[in-house]
Amino acid sequence: MTALQLTDLNKSFGAVHVLKDINLTVEEGEFVVFVGPSGCGKSTLLRVIAGLEDATSGEIRIGASVVNDTPPAKRGIAMVFQSYALYPHLNVCENMSLALKQEKQPKAEIEARVAEASRMLSLDPYLDRRPAELSGGQRQRVAIGRAVVRQPQLFLFDEPLSNLDAALRMNTRLEIAKLHRQLEGSMIYVTHDQTEAMTLADKIVVLRDGRVEQVGSPMDLYNNPANRFVAEFLGSPSMNIVPATRLGGSDGEQVGIRPEYVHIGDAGALAGSVIHVEHLGGDTNVIVDIGEEAPFTVRLFGQFDIEAGATVQLGFDEAKTYRFDAAGSRLS
Amino acid sequence: MNKARQNPLNAVAAHGALILYTLIALFPVFVILINSFKTRKAIFREPLALPDADSFSMIGYETVMKQGDFFLYFQNSLIVTVVSLFFILLFGAMAAFALSEYRFRGNTLMGLYLALGIMIPIRIGTVAILDLMVQTGLVNTLMALILVYTAQGLPLAVFILSEFMRQVSEDLKNAGRIDGLSEYTIFFRLVLPLVRPAMATVAVFNMIPIWNDLWFPLILAPAEETKTLTLGSQVFIGQFVTDWNAVLSALSLAILPVMILYVIFSRQLIRGITSGAVK
Repeated sequence: MTALQLTDLNKSFGAVHVLKDINLTVEEGEFVVFVGPSGCGKSTLLRVIAGLEDATSGEIRIGASVVNDTPPAKRGIAMVFQSYALYPHLNVCENMSLALKQEKQPKAEIEARVAEASRMLSLDPYLDRRPAELSGGQRQRVAIGRAVVRQPQLFLFDEPLSNLDAALRMNTRLEIAKLHRQLEGSMIYVTHDQTEAMTLADKIVVLRDGRVEQVGSPMDLYNNPANRFVAEFLGSPSMNIVPATRLGGSDGEQVGIRPEYVHIGDAGALAGSVIHVEHLGGDTNVIVDIGEEAPFTVRLFGQFDIEAGATVQLGFDEAKTYRFDAAGSRLS
Repeated sequence: MNKARQNPLNAVAAHGALILYTLIALFPVFVILINSFKTRKAIFREPLALPDADSFSMIGYETVMKQGDFFLYFQNSLIVTVVSLFFILLFGAMAAFALSEYRFRGNTLMGLYLALGIMIPIRIGTVAILDLMVQTGLVNTLMALILVYTAQGLPLAVFILSEFMRQVSEDLKNAGRIDGLSEYTIFFRLVLPLVRPAMATVAVFNMIPIWNDLWFPLILAPAEETKTLTLGSQVFIGQFVTDWNAVLSALSLAILPVMILYVIFSRQLIRGITSGAVK
C-alpha cells in the first residue's frame, strides 16, 4: 500500500511558482528524504503535504484518501519541526499528550502511549519538566515523542537536526534511524545535508527549483546520477567537473570525476599544482589547481605528506567518470 | 554585569542620573501625600514641611469620606478603567493576530487604517461622539466611557501587538494546528502567553490616561451616579474657595488603585516562560 501519493502537484505564492508538477509515491514503511539546496521548495512541499499550505493544483493522497481539503489534524500525520516548537507552558508529558487529548482518546490509552514513547526516547526522568528546562537534544527528543504518540500514517520531519551541534546530530540521527526500524512507519524527512540524506534514506528525492530532479536509493543516485546537479549534490567532497576537451571529448561536454576515485602520482591525463591540503586524520583532501576556474579535489584515504605548491599528476579510471552534455544531462 | 566591562565611574553616573530622575518624578506625589495629612493653615504656612504633632490632621480624609459618594466614584473609575483595558487588550490582540497571521486581500491597508487612530486625537470628535451618545441614549452611563476609551486605546494596541505577534514562532502555531488545536485555542493558549510582556506594556500605556481623564467623564457622564474619581474630586475645587485638604486627600486615595494595577501588570513584563519554546 502507498502511504503518500502526489499527482501533478503545483504550488504558487502569487506570481512565484514554487513547486512544479511534482509526482511522487511513498510506499508504506519507507523512509524518504527530500534533499536540495536552500530555496528549492523542499520545506514548502512538506508543508503542502502537512496541510499547512494549500496546493494550487494537483492531488495529495495519504493512505487511501485524498486530503487536499482535510485540515492538518485530520490527515493522519505528525510533524517534527526544526525549531522543536514545543508548547512552552506545558511540561514534557503534557506536550506529548496534547494531541491525543484533542482527539478525545481515553485516558488510559494516552498514558500508555506517552509511557511507551518516553521509554523509547529515554525521556522518563524529564516528564515533569518544562521545555525551558531541557537541553537542545532533549527538546528535539520531546518533539519526536510528540509525533510518535500520535501513531500517524506518515511522519514528517522538517530539518530536525539543523539546530543541534555536530555530536548530538550524529546521535539523534542514529536515534531516528532506530525509531524508523522499531515503528516501521512511513517517514518523510527534509534536509539540505547530504550526509543525513545518504545515511537515513530508503529513497532520496533530489529537488531543484521546485522540480524533482531524480528519485532513487542513495547508492543508486550516487552511482548513477541522472544529471550534473545530482552528481554534484551527493557525495562529499563534491564531484569534480572538468571540460571534456581536456580529456579528448567534444566541445561543450563535461566530465565528472569523484574525488575518491582519483589517485596522485601516476602519470595521468590531468596535472596541476597543490593549493591546499586538508588533513582529516582518516583521509586527506588535496585541492589542486588544474588551470580551470574551479579547483580539483582529490580524496586520499590515510595520511599523506603533501606540500602546498607541489606539482602532482592526477590519475583516474576512465570507467569511473561521468559524462554530461552542455545542459547538464548525463551522457554515459 | 560583566566585571571586565564594568567601569565604576559609569555605574555611579548611571545610578546618579536614575536617582535624580526618581526624586524629581516622586516629589509632587510626596508633597501631595504629606500635605493631605496637615491642617489647612499648615499647608499654606509651610507646604514642604512634614506633618508634626501640631499640624497633623485627618480633616481632609474626613471631608472626603463624608462628602458625596466617594466610594461610588472610586468604583466607577475602577469599572471604567478595568473594563476598557479588558476590551482594548482582547480586541486589540485579536485584530493584531489576524493582521499578522493571515494573508488576505487588503491586509496592509487594514493595518494602516487601524493604526491611523494613533495620529488623530479622539477628542477632535467630541461633539460627534456626544451627539452619538445622546441619540443612542448612552449619556450618563459608564458604557459611554468604556466605549470611547476602548476606541481610543485600540489603534496603539493593534500596532504594538501585531509587531510582537509577528515574532511568535511560525512553527509553534503550525505544531498546534497539526495537533488539532483550533485557531482560537492557538490564539488564547499559545500566542497570548508569549506576547504577555507586550500586553502588559499596552495595558500600562492605556491605564493611566483613562484613570486620570477628566474630559470625557465631564462631557459624557457628569451625573452623580456615574462620576469618576477625577471628576468627583472637582467638587472640592470651587471658583472662590478650594478645600485643599479634601482635594489632596482625594488625590492621595486616587493614586493607590493605579499603583496596584501597575504592579500587577509590571510583574507580567518579566519574561521567562517564553524562553525555551523554540531553539
